[in-house]
Amino acid sequence: MDNKQKYQQYVDKKSPNSPILKNCFFAFVIGGLICTIGQVIANICKWRGCDTATSGTIVSIILIGISAFLTGLNIFNKIGKIAGAGSLVPITGFANSIVSPAMEYKSEGYVMGVGGKMFTVSGPVLVFGISASILVGLVFLIFNTQSITLV
Amino acid sequence: MEFDLAQIFDPMSLLKCFIVGGLICVIGQILIDKTKLTPARILVIFVTTGAVLGGLGVYQYIVDFAGSGATVPLTGFGYNLAKGAIEGARQSGLIGVFTGGVKACAGGIAAAVFFGYIASLISKPKMKKQ
Repeated sequence: MDNKQKYQQYVDKKSPNSPILKNCFFAFVIGGLICTIGQVIANICKWRGCDTATSGTIVSIILIGISAFLTGLNIFNKIGKIAGAGSLVPITGFANSIVSPAMEYKSEGYVMGVGGKMFTVSGPVLVFGISASILVGLVFLIFNTQSITLV
Repeated sequence: MEFDLAQIFDPMSLLKCFIVGGLICVIGQILIDKTKLTPARILVIFVTTGAVLGGLGVYQYIVDFAGSGATVPLTGFGYNLAKGAIEGARQSGLIGVFTGGVKACAGGIAAAVFFGYIASLISKPKMKKQ
């Protein structure tokens, strides 16, 4: 019986073969747009006289705030379906990764449900990010240089 | 103070930002499509890569070139952490290594926790469509 084979062919035909070129295009455009919004905010901050570090923080806070609420309103998921990595890789994805598990476990209560599950995805990000930064700092302390690659 | 449109919508900075930010996202998209990595792992990879590149001093060039195009993606989050840790090490040694990174990103982390919690509270749990 070649039913299995036929079925496999059927599945292959029906299942959407992730069109990588199209996905990349949307990721590029939407990711680029999110960064451009950030740049506009940063330019406004610079115009108001903030230094680079402060305006970077302001950009992060605004983008995180917007995307957190868009996730809460179920709008972000719709953007994410089209954009893929375009909305995941910018800092908006970080906010989304905090809100969406928290929403899902809301029924388990506001402390352990929302408060605890907020970090199922973003927890690892913080763990590895902060650990890496401490390692970088230690390496800097020991070798007293940042310019390993700079000639 | 006059609203300076030419500076705020400076086309050169926006274009550079758009292209570099878009390209970083394309790298993420290729990782999603070509490998079996879950989004969570991709976020971790991006942050760690950003921290390492920031520690090596490479990422600074991208930031100088593209501005928010490099700092808004999660690699920029890692870069900020690493930069803060180095800054802290410079100023107060070993203690600074531990405090500097989080200090540099404190605004973002606090905003993510706070807005994340509020947004989860106001959200309606969605029914999963089968």
